[in-house]
Amino acid sequence: MATSADSMTQRQSVWEFLKGELKPKGPVLTPFNVITGFIILGGLVLTALRFWKGLGYVTNLNQAYPWGLWIGFDVMTGVAFAGGAYIITFAVYVLHAEKYHPIVRATVLNGFLSYVFYAGALTLDLGRPWHIINPIIGNKFGYNSILFLVAWHFLLYMISEAIEFSPVVAEWLDLEKARRILNKMTLGVVIFGVTLSSLHQSGLGALFLFSKPKLHPLWYTEFLPVLFLISSIFAGISMIIFEGTISHKVFADRIDPSSHHSYEDIVFGLAKGAAITMYVYLFVKFVIFVHGQHWSYLGTKWGAWFLVEVLIFTLVPCAFFTHGYRQRRLGLIRVAAVMTLVGIVLNRLNVSMIAFNWNNPAHYIPSVWEVWITLMVVFTEIWVFRWAVNRMPVLSAKPAASRH
Amino acid sequence: MNRRRFLGLAGAAAAVTALSASPAEAGKAKTGGKAAAAAKKNEEFVAILVDTTRCIGCRECEVACAEVHGLPVPVPAKDGALAAHRDTSTDHWTVVNRFETDKGTVFVKKQCMHCGQPACAAACPTNAMEKTHEGPVIWHGDRCMGCRYCMMACPFDIPKFEYNSPNPRIRKCIMCYDRLQEGKLPACVEACPRDALTFGTKKELMEIARERIYNNPDEYVHHIYGEFEAGGTDWLYLSAVPFTQIGFREDLGTDTYPDYTREFLYSVPLVFLGFPPLLYGLSELTKRSGEGSEGGEG
Ligand code: SF4
Ligand code: SF4
Ligand code: SF4
Repeated sequence: MATSADSMTQRQSVWEFLKGELKPKGPVLTPFNVITGFIILGGLVLTALRFWKGLGYVTNLNQAYPWGLWIGFDVMTGVAFAGGAYIITFAVYVLHAEKYHPIVRATVLNGFLSYVFYAGALTLDLGRPWHIINPIIGNKFGYNSILFLVAWHFLLYMISEAIEFSPVVAEWLDLEKARRILNKMTLGVVIFGVTLSSLHQSGLGALFLFSKPKLHPLWYTEFLPVLFLISSIFAGISMIIFEGTISHKVFADRIDPSSHHSYEDIVFGLAKGAAITMYVYLFVKFVIFVHGQHWSYLGTKWGAWFLVEVLIFTLVPCAFFTHGYRQRRLGLIRVAAVMTLVGIVLNRLNVSMIAFNWNNPAHYIPSVWEVWITLMVVFTEIWVFRWAVNRMPVLSAKPAASRH
Repeated sequence: MNRRRFLGLAGAAAAVTALSASPAEAGKAKTGGKAAAAAKKNEEFVAILVDTTRCIGCRECEVACAEVHGLPVPVPAKDGALAAHRDTSTDHWTVVNRFETDKGTVFVKKQCMHCGQPACAAACPTNAMEKTHEGPVIWHGDRCMGCRYCMMACPFDIPKFEYNSPNPRIRKCIMCYDRLQEGKLPACVEACPRDALTFGTKKELMEIARERIYNNPDEYVHHIYGEFEAGGTDWLYLSAVPFTQIGFREDLGTDTYPDYTREFLYSVPLVFLGFPPLLYGLSELTKRSGEGSEGGEG
């Protein structure tokens, strides 16, 4: 057992160490940093204006379109993209698909940060955010509200993701004992997280069950929760592939060389998983479409737009994934991943904004500032991700030898 | 005491009785078995009947509503607002619109429909939108977090949000809830010079409405808008022409809004109970022999 003097010096050194880690690594004034830094700073000013003058000052939201880009993209799409974490932890810890172990940490980190920033962006959109505490402390529970459910799940899931990731932090800080304890919690937390995820991913779809008179019949179905759940699987997988592609370029020096050869194998496995879930998704969508007898809508401009989403950005990438893993073509899989992500963006925006109130003369097109603040959220997440990856043993399982 | 006022007071009295009779939260029946009880309850809510054949488009109701709620007061004689179809807004909780129909000009008052089981209240995560025991659907500023899900959910697009305020409120007709509690009639009902608006319980008003149709079968379409629409509303409308001609949607269906999400909400506890053991079982099944119980992380 350490004496108190020992722990004092240890704390001191942890403090010194943290201070050192907060300093930027590598060149600061890269074009990426300058541009994104400018967007983040500008975004902070816009955020201040938004709270000072009201939502209408920076957004184009109106009475017919109460939810815009911040909900449709940041929350709806962001959370679907973050689905990778529950899929991979499920595969590795529940199904013991050890092959995917090397990507667990990066995926969980990305998932956690996505929830913090994208689901957190919800607070920017709230008109009276100081009352966000009401549904949490039980001041007034809207038990019957889907949004109440989703908000709670966001919160709980963020906590479970933090715990899932915590062994990495413990390793980074050399807290061996804590690491072992946290590690023991992993399976339990993963099970909890997967349960929560299936509920809130589908819950996001269930939010629109009330939209029956407002959402275009090509998108409205009572199976929206099921569609949202299935699509979160391939959305999450595509995000892992996409993020991995970039990470492997940007953080090449942080990657454990021994993992390079297994990486391609992982991607092929992921592509297969994505393709299978996409077939299921397309099949369900087809059954709903036939059952709803929506043929007549196909001739309209809404029909064409629907086909863009379903054929070009779901069926085509699905075929690319299939071909890609059969022929072991990494490039094709990467294209498929990007196309799938676009398809998810389209789907979530269609349900929450574009095909919403289609029969209403009012219009909503996001303002430049809404886009700007969205970019701020995205880039801040990337900055924090980069900061963590450059310091913590995220991409390689072994702690960097040169750390101290 | 005229008939309208009598009905008003009777209605308020009935509401009070209903309140004391059943402490269970109104409009939130949770099981099919309770649905019948809820339907009965719906009948006891206070309600307002709008007879569009009587409305002359004077917009005195708009004036009265604005006056009692401290909103900008319209000047019907001068503002020419009937020229275009208007929507309610943050400071016009009720508007009268003019429609040219098969049977000539018809004026229609629009405001919150005070649904029996409202979408807005079912959607609200903080219970800020509340279906009161008496019937009016009201908004609590001390609970609302401004998520605007009520606006997304309302089939009549009624709740309006103050986008240009740092402390925005949700605004809509509250059926003069405060006045009802003082035993007064809703301001618009009191102001109407033609008895186009009648206040009472939904049950009483349904009877009056049916009576009017029965006595003048050629003057009305045989449909009372609000009886079943969106699960039934506490504002009821009579019309001489099909309701689609005077700005109403007839495609809303008759399901109550909580019905849309009931199944999903039911499945939540099941998933919570069922998934964890299932997942744990899976992990045990797939565990390779010799592997420790530690997650194997790093
Ligand atoms: S009309 Fe809309 S705002 Fe009014 S009670 Fe019904 S759902 Fe709520
Ligand atoms: S905006 Fe307010 S009243 Fe409307 S659903 Fe959200 S919390 Fe409830
Ligand atoms: S009931 Fe009251 S709040 Fe509603 S429209 Fe009439 S006067 Fe306005």
